[in-house]
Amino acid sequence: MKEEIFISGRNLPHIDPHLELWHWPISLYLFLGGLAAGILFFAALVVLFRKEDKYIGAVKYATIIAPIAIGVGLLALLYDLSHVWYAWRLYVTIRLESPMSWGAWTLMLVMPVSMLWTLSYFKEYFPKWNWDFGFLSYFDWIIDFVIYHRRVLAWILVPSTILLGIYTGILLSAFNARPLWNNSILGPLFLTSGLSTGAATIILMSKSHAERRMFSMIDLVLIGIELFLIIHMLMGMLAGSQVQHEASLLLLGGEFTVSFWVFVIILGLAFPAILEIFELVGFKVPAIIPALLVLLGGIMFRFIMVEAGQLTRYLY
Amino acid sequence: MRYAMAIDTKKCVGCSDCVVACQTENNVPEGFCRDWVTESVSGTYPQVEIELRSERCNHCEDAPCVRCCPTGASQIVDGGIVIVEHDECIGCGACIESCPYDARYVHPEGYVDKCTFCLHRVTEGLQPACVSVCPTKCMYFGDIDDPNSEISNMLKTRKQKTLAPEAGTNPHIFYLI
Repeated sequence: MKEEIFISGRNLPHIDPHLELWHWPISLYLFLGGLAAGILFFAALVVLFRKEDKYIGAVKYATIIAPIAIGVGLLALLYDLSHVWYAWRLYVTIRLESPMSWGAWTLMLVMPVSMLWTLSYFKEYFPKWNWDFGFLSYFDWIIDFVIYHRRVLAWILVPSTILLGIYTGILLSAFNARPLWNNSILGPLFLTSGLSTGAATIILMSKSHAERRMFSMIDLVLIGIELFLIIHMLMGMLAGSQVQHEASLLLLGGEFTVSFWVFVIILGLAFPAILEIFELVGFKVPAIIPALLVLLGGIMFRFIMVEAGQLTRYLY
Repeated sequence: MRYAMAIDTKKCVGCSDCVVACQTENNVPEGFCRDWVTESVSGTYPQVEIELRSERCNHCEDAPCVRCCPTGASQIVDGGIVIVEHDECIGCGACIESCPYDARYVHPEGYVDKCTFCLHRVTEGLQPACVSVCPTKCMYFGDIDDPNSEISNMLKTRKQKTLAPEAGTNPHIFYLI
């Protein structure tokens, strides 16, 4: 038996008795970053495959959510900074060693591109807008320019959204001090989850049956990959070192078991997958239900991983 | 030059003088500390063993806090000392999340703060505050690149360990056991 106590009376805020520094703003930011990445990735692919007319929901309506999600995510991130007036320091350095640094830069690339994307559909959102009114004619010119170069935006978005989606996981997996996070599966896992929530949002925003069916199929494949990656992650931890083994037990019998299995695995992945299969074989299932469940699972997954990861550490 | 610290767990009595000296020397705000004393008890009664350790930032060679810092505020200066440049810190907490020793905290003014090996004293040729006040003289601070320094001799002659070396950080606080 081994017991360790601080005899000098250490009680650091947010660190003792266990680390709880990162809270809902970080979880929300990781979720919204992944969501925006997912939506924009599919929108860009649709444009690159020249299928805009078929998948209007993906390119035109769901993409309105992307810049809003990134904006809210960034605000949450700023809210979490304790030395916030120095936040500009993030954008005077690029440190490739630090995922937070290149991730912040990726976000700074994706955000304006997503805004330009939404701008390129502005005329379709408001077809009766009068463009002859004074200074508005300048905007007219800009909008025509982005509409013309939409494929360029799409080419930028495909790699940058993959980077953004994978960054949300790598941000956590780079911390070797937190064994639950410190595994190389977390990056691909968060990317897959982000793409899945993106597909779910497109299903919610789409009005066409064919489009919903297509993205239900995509979502189903992504859910399958996600389940595989989660099993793979837990297997790796169970076969890993003592600290990783103990970390995995938080989700397999420990404090976060119920929330993880009920909200993430069952309600967030398995149940929507079953509903989507039912829908694809011809049963009538309201598309909104599996889509909302996938979003719920995605956000719960971020919250659980952020909170649980901070409970895990090296003991000495 | 590579600064390091060796702490004799056989001589430490756990008086916490090092903690108070640090708080006074570095104006550490109330309720915070840059170093602390841990009592580690192992075994079952009556076969128990107690180890007392004065702990602080390990000034790691492969410091994860420096790697994860997005702005470069966490940095390694001459002598291998890990410091935080307050005016470059945005308070994101990445370094705190990345430290296996939980040796950093958020200062009430917003930036992240930690042990500096008393860099301001060391550059003047003085010992860090914790080392200079230790009543049992159980702490040794110096340059481990110099084979004739007191700390190099201690590390040559005594059995030693570092904390959580499996975290891959190459820590530079050595505990003589």
